[in-house]
Amino acid sequence: MSGSEQESTHRAVERVARESYGRLVAYLSSQTCDVGSAEDALSNALVAALETWPRDGVPQNPEAWLLTTARRSFIDLVRHRKVAEASEPTLALLRVEPKDMTLSPEFPDERLKLLFVCAHPAIDPAMHTPLMLQTVLGLDAARIAHAFLISPTTMGQRLVRAKTKIRDAGIRFEIPLERELPQRLDAVLEAIYAAFGIGWDDMAGVDQRGRDLAEEAIWLARVLLQLMPAEAEVHGLVALMLHCEARRAARRGPDGRYVPLSEQDCHKWSAPLMEEAERHLHEASSRSRTGRFQLEAAIQSVHAERARSGEIQWNAIMVFYEQLIRISPTLGTRTGYAAAAAEAKGAEAGLAALDGMDLHDVSAYQPYWAVRAHLLQRLGKRPEALDAFDRAIGLAEDSAVRQFLLQRRG
Amino acid sequence: MGRFPSVIHLEARQAPQCPQGEKVMQFALLIFESPEAFAARNTDENDPYLGAWRAYYKALVEANIYVGGDPLQPPETGTTVRLKDGKRHVQDGPFADTKEQLGGFTILELPSLDAALEGAARCPAAAIGAVEVRPVSPGFKRQVIG
Repeated sequence: MSGSEQESTHRAVERVARESYGRLVAYLSSQTCDVGSAEDALSNALVAALETWPRDGVPQNPEAWLLTTARRSFIDLVRHRKVAEASEPTLALLRVEPKDMTLSPEFPDERLKLLFVCAHPAIDPAMHTPLMLQTVLGLDAARIAHAFLISPTTMGQRLVRAKTKIRDAGIRFEIPLERELPQRLDAVLEAIYAAFGIGWDDMAGVDQRGRDLAEEAIWLARVLLQLMPAEAEVHGLVALMLHCEARRAARRGPDGRYVPLSEQDCHKWSAPLMEEAERHLHEASSRSRTGRFQLEAAIQSVHAERARSGEIQWNAIMVFYEQLIRISPTLGTRTGYAAAAAEAKGAEAGLAALDGMDLHDVSAYQPYWAVRAHLLQRLGKRPEALDAFDRAIGLAEDSAVRQFLLQRRG
Repeated sequence: MGRFPSVIHLEARQAPQCPQGEKVMQFALLIFESPEAFAARNTDENDPYLGAWRAYYKALVEANIYVGGDPLQPPETGTTVRLKDGKRHVQDGPFADTKEQLGGFTILELPSLDAALEGAARCPAAAIGAVEVRPVSPGFKRQVIG
């Protein structure tokens, strides 16, 4: 086999791995409740593919080939484990193998169940996002650890612990009951959005890893949308992320300088992404069931409108924040409301909204101090403004944001 | 009874696909109670806490998910034993010195953690103390009893 043929085989393995990883892990683990072994089995199957496909050619149905190989590997893995309980999933797996999988390539898509398992309330909420990134998208622990700013060893251990809990605690691969669904779906959406947020914050304009994580989050949301096309909040989340994604090129000046949203050059925003976001927002609103992500997307939609009208409807943003506070009165929403109120009704109104927040809660919340500093400055309260700027600068993690605040502080 | 009808529907949940679930699993509900709840046990027959427990027990039995369980005497009656260097150390009181103390346990047979959490949420102690849900380990039991 020539070098280029070998390369294309490698690419075939990579492509199948990327497109089918989550489906295969979900299918294998939904039958066994053992996510860890399902992943190990699939890794073995991928290694086997890299060894045999260059020699024998890429099979007609690569996904079915991987599933059959992973299934065998799974059985071997469990057989070699000296734990009494472990024999049960294997037996079940042996029982359910109906016929040669290469002949029946169709297998059910269990990724939705896997997403619900990853965000199960019995799992540490801090692990919801890492679990999804690993089990559904196949990201390795080292890369997830990098995004979460902890050591790869620690992340690896936490992931193993979470998967052991899934296997042993009796968490089932099933869609939650109707009355639990909204809350359980929220946890899934939160976890996807957290991945996006990390990718976003981490980006700093140049960091390729951060950018990847934001893209992975959007991909994950698209998977969810495919599986739950009727859920308004899923459309809302997709709309929100696409609106943010559309502004990627405008977030930094040519010199890497931070550019606040209201000062971004909207010609740099991606029109196709904004249009797609609007379609999802429209789809969501047609289902007349409002929610947090739809409201956040609606706020971004108002900002996006500036590309057409040239101005920002701060009143509309303020109203959306009011609704958002009723659903989720987080520090973020309340600070957002204050910033919008300052534009819509004047700096005093914004400052009054900030004053209504508990000083203890906001002591380490950077956006609060940044907004406060700007409003105090606008009101000419210089000593207090300087003080707030110092706090905002001290709490900033992004050096471009720090630089921006230092300049404004004067 | 009116408060617990959904316990009866616990068993009607969609059959799980996992192999352990085909045989259903056993979960221990470890019931942690406050000193006030322990004290309430000695009040009269019409105590609402006691009434809630009666209804809860009845609902579990009717739902055919009750395996067994028992309340425990208050933590002050506990005595803790440790063997150090072959020497027996006996200590007055429960193992852990926490506000809420183990007050009893119930074993339920159910298809999934979610079903067990449903059962735990309806336990009268959940409202004033806490209920820890732990799967029973049949694997270790097999190793022990052979």
